Amino acid sequence: MEFESVIGLEIHVELDTESKMFCGCSTRFGEAPNTQTCPVCLGMPGSLPVPNKKAVEYVIRTGLAIFCDISLFSQFHRKNYFYPDMPKNYQISQYDIPLCIDGHVDLEMEDYATTIGVTRIHLEEDTGKLLHIGGAGRIAGADYSQVDFNRAGVPLMEIVSEPDIRTPEEAKAYAQKIRAILVSLGVSDCNMDQGSMRVDANISLRPVGREELGVKAELKNLNSFRSLQRGLAYEIERQTKALQNGEAIVQETRHWDETKNTTSTLRTKEYAHDYRYFPDPDLVPMEFDPEWIEGLRAELPELPDERKERYMSDFGLPAHDANLLVETKATGDFFEAAVALYGGDAKIMSNWILGDLTYYLNSENVEIDAGEVKPAHLVEMVELIDDGTISGKIAKELFSEMFKTGKMPKAIVEEKGMTQISGQDEIAKIVDDVIAQNPDAVQEFHDGKERAFGFLVGQAMRLTKGRGNPQLINRLLKERL
Amino acid sequence: MELFKLTIHELHEKLVSKEISAKELAQSVFSRIDDVEERVKSYITVTRDVALAKADEIDKKIAGGERIGPLAGIPTAIKDVMNTEGIRTTCGSKILDNYIPVYTSTAVKNLLEEGIVMTGKTNMDEFAMGSSTENSGFFVTHNPWDLERVPGGSSGGSASVVAADEAIFSLGSDTGGSIRQPAALCGIVGMKPTYGLVSRFGLIAFASSLDQIGPFTKDVTDCAIVLNHLIGHDINDSTSVKIDKPDYTKALVNDLNGIKIGVPKELMAEGIDSKIKAVIENSLKLLEANGAVVAETSLPNIEHSLSAYYIIAPAEASSNLARFDGVRYGYRVPDAVDLIDMYMRTRAEGFGDEVKRRIMLGTYALSAGYYDAYYGQAQKVRTLIIDDFNRAFTDYDVLVSPTTPTTAFKIGEKVDDPLKMYLSDICTIPVNLAGLPGISVPCGTVDGLPVGLQVIGKTLGEEMMLRVAYSFEQSFGWSEKPKL
Repeated sequence: MEFESVIGLEIHVELDTESKMFCGCSTRFGEAPNTQTCPVCLGMPGSLPVPNKKAVEYVIRTGLAIFCDISLFSQFHRKNYFYPDMPKNYQISQYDIPLCIDGHVDLEMEDYATTIGVTRIHLEEDTGKLLHIGGAGRIAGADYSQVDFNRAGVPLMEIVSEPDIRTPEEAKAYAQKIRAILVSLGVSDCNMDQGSMRVDANISLRPVGREELGVKAELKNLNSFRSLQRGLAYEIERQTKALQNGEAIVQETRHWDETKNTTSTLRTKEYAHDYRYFPDPDLVPMEFDPEWIEGLRAELPELPDERKERYMSDFGLPAHDANLLVETKATGDFFEAAVALYGGDAKIMSNWILGDLTYYLNSENVEIDAGEVKPAHLVEMVELIDDGTISGKIAKELFSEMFKTGKMPKAIVEEKGMTQISGQDEIAKIVDDVIAQNPDAVQEFHDGKERAFGFLVGQAMRLTKGRGNPQLINRLLKERL
Repeated sequence: MELFKLTIHELHEKLVSKEISAKELAQSVFSRIDDVEERVKSYITVTRDVALAKADEIDKKIAGGERIGPLAGIPTAIKDVMNTEGIRTTCGSKILDNYIPVYTSTAVKNLLEEGIVMTGKTNMDEFAMGSSTENSGFFVTHNPWDLERVPGGSSGGSASVVAADEAIFSLGSDTGGSIRQPAALCGIVGMKPTYGLVSRFGLIAFASSLDQIGPFTKDVTDCAIVLNHLIGHDINDSTSVKIDKPDYTKALVNDLNGIKIGVPKELMAEGIDSKIKAVIENSLKLLEANGAVVAETSLPNIEHSLSAYYIIAPAEASSNLARFDGVRYGYRVPDAVDLIDMYMRTRAEGFGDEVKRRIMLGTYALSAGYYDAYYGQAQKVRTLIIDDFNRAFTDYDVLVSPTTPTTAFKIGEKVDDPLKMYLSDICTIPVNLAGLPGISVPCGTVDGLPVGLQVIGKTLGEEMMLRVAYSFEQSFGWSEKPKL
């Protein structure tokens, strides 16, 4: 039987506000434990929450950017459950009236386009962090546990998708698109390493053609786009096998293990909480002026889809290039800065960015805005190609050096003597040498073997240590043969 | 002179005229505490050193010719439900036996800035759950009028402390009558302001949508003075109202001509002791004699108040009290084997029976499948009760009723029958559900025990409410004191 996978994502994003959701404490990451706390975010008796208006605004801006309906009346609820990382043993969250509902995100896949519905976006507070000492570093078997409440109360936005996603690739593309939008909006840095963006995936299988949903598993610990894709792929394989063997899928939460490349049971449905949601009586319901919301809509910055359109119309880029360039805001910014400096064909910049630069960034796992190669490096290098100082082949070498050291291309060329040999006499002499030293190849060429010509060009390049101007070598060799 | 017997406004004059010093006043109150506290047991914590240091400070100001406010130097007791930085705050519970707050509640801070001399923290029903102060995790407080009887609750210590002259005034909190009921039972004035008028920041929450801080005083004038300094918008409390601060002492006009007073018949019905009814009837005649127009009215839905209250309050409490888990502060069971064991035994040992009862009630009422039938329904009833009051207030300036259905009962009399205990608050609970201001003023005695008259105002109608209470007090001329 053929199965179809049905996937929905819950994306949690820490909002990039100065202060926490319900108190004035700083949201800075990486400070000494429990230094960014106060009676409110520690849940001391008698403390009361006061909502952060900026966080509410950020969520509404996100909703506007992905075509949601904005609730003019919204409310915070308490989600009740006990856990030591939660100071009040309830989380202030939203329940039946989230800030935003019914949005969507358009995706361009390699050879088709699709739309993923967004059910809701709501606002809540983050929890603290637990550190388990002893045992395997997990709560079971630990000698004792420590709690850091610096993160407790940081504004957290949850974006819940419809189960419209069909493949791990779509899931990854959707999550990346959400990140690009949020970073463009400036509402979050969406740093998955620091946990400011966290993705949980719900996945079930059903026979192709059936409407009814299968039993789902929720995947946790998907700490990168790569693990999102791989975790889902593993889970599809696991559930397919189970269904083909006639086994029932159990509704459960599963943990993705990055090193083992497998998922395993974290908890089953029997441990599901009854969260006893009820409106938080410490907070008054929120009501919004439609004019204020329209004002926010009017102030939205350029979003990835609009940017992509602009790259195609203004720079004449193919859709494929434009799509990849807007995948992160930083990539688009790099591209635009380079184009502005360069003044030549934007496609050349796109080729280098999507080619060599992306290759090196990926292999070193560096973000584009953190790398040593800046737009000025790239442009100077391409100009060296354009004016014939270096060949495209040398440029590849140069690029690697530039990426490692961050030195400017001209300096590297000078230091390493990488300039192209374009002197007619110098090349002519080398070509003559090659002809003289390779009589067999010359004979083969005259016998009509085209391959022999390529060999002779290669020999000339070897003698110039790759610095010879290839066009010139070609021309002179042809003339002399 | 027995300074401890005097009121705020009497003492203020003596302090300003330098007839007495704040230190003498404080010493007088502490000598009274030394004298009667063993029998009354109002205080969980007495802060003598802090108080005397503060009194010295006030005396220096007076000596330096500085102007002082009406509360400066006044010995004040605080219900142990309000956070006081550096001073143990227990909420009447074993679970907070060792708890020293890191901050001070806004209401107390406001008064401290006005120069009050804090004498200590008063006994209460654990987490303000109760009507007799017998649910304290520490000891029972006795009614100064009859030491065999309860002072009421949950702010029993704050009521007895004023009735017994162990402080000049005190603060309490009122969720379903916890200020007005003990004030009535102890023969003093107790007032619950409109919900949101006084900041709840730093008040350890029982039921967030009902809790409100208010004063216990010896007369209505003192009540207005304290209120002036208690209220005000607080950015730390989202439910705090923004209004221009009135001077409530200006509302103290002894004149009821043309004032329309409604008497809800449901609060004079079955369940109210007949002798109390008779005292209230006399009070109504006195109001009429002063020019008020008194008529019977009806609040048809308030018969459901108790049911709605005992869903809403425990539901909120079940969530509010979840934070007492032994993780960050308060009691923690010393030998827990794992997390769940720590949670369960900490709470089992730290909380008393009534608190556990209400946490269970509330947890049940909020549970999946029961929410609509209980919490949802109770909120609808609450809306109907608010509508009833709104309708009545289109015809009347204030409503009056007895504060309590009986006078102070014997210690132990109702402790094993929660339902009977809950009925003590039948006249006061509807006022909290509607978020209205209410005040209890002494209006006589039954068998030597005080009776309270409740005056209920419109939302933010404290001024009219105080005017009626003040006029009544002036013409009634209450001067009885418990014999201790």
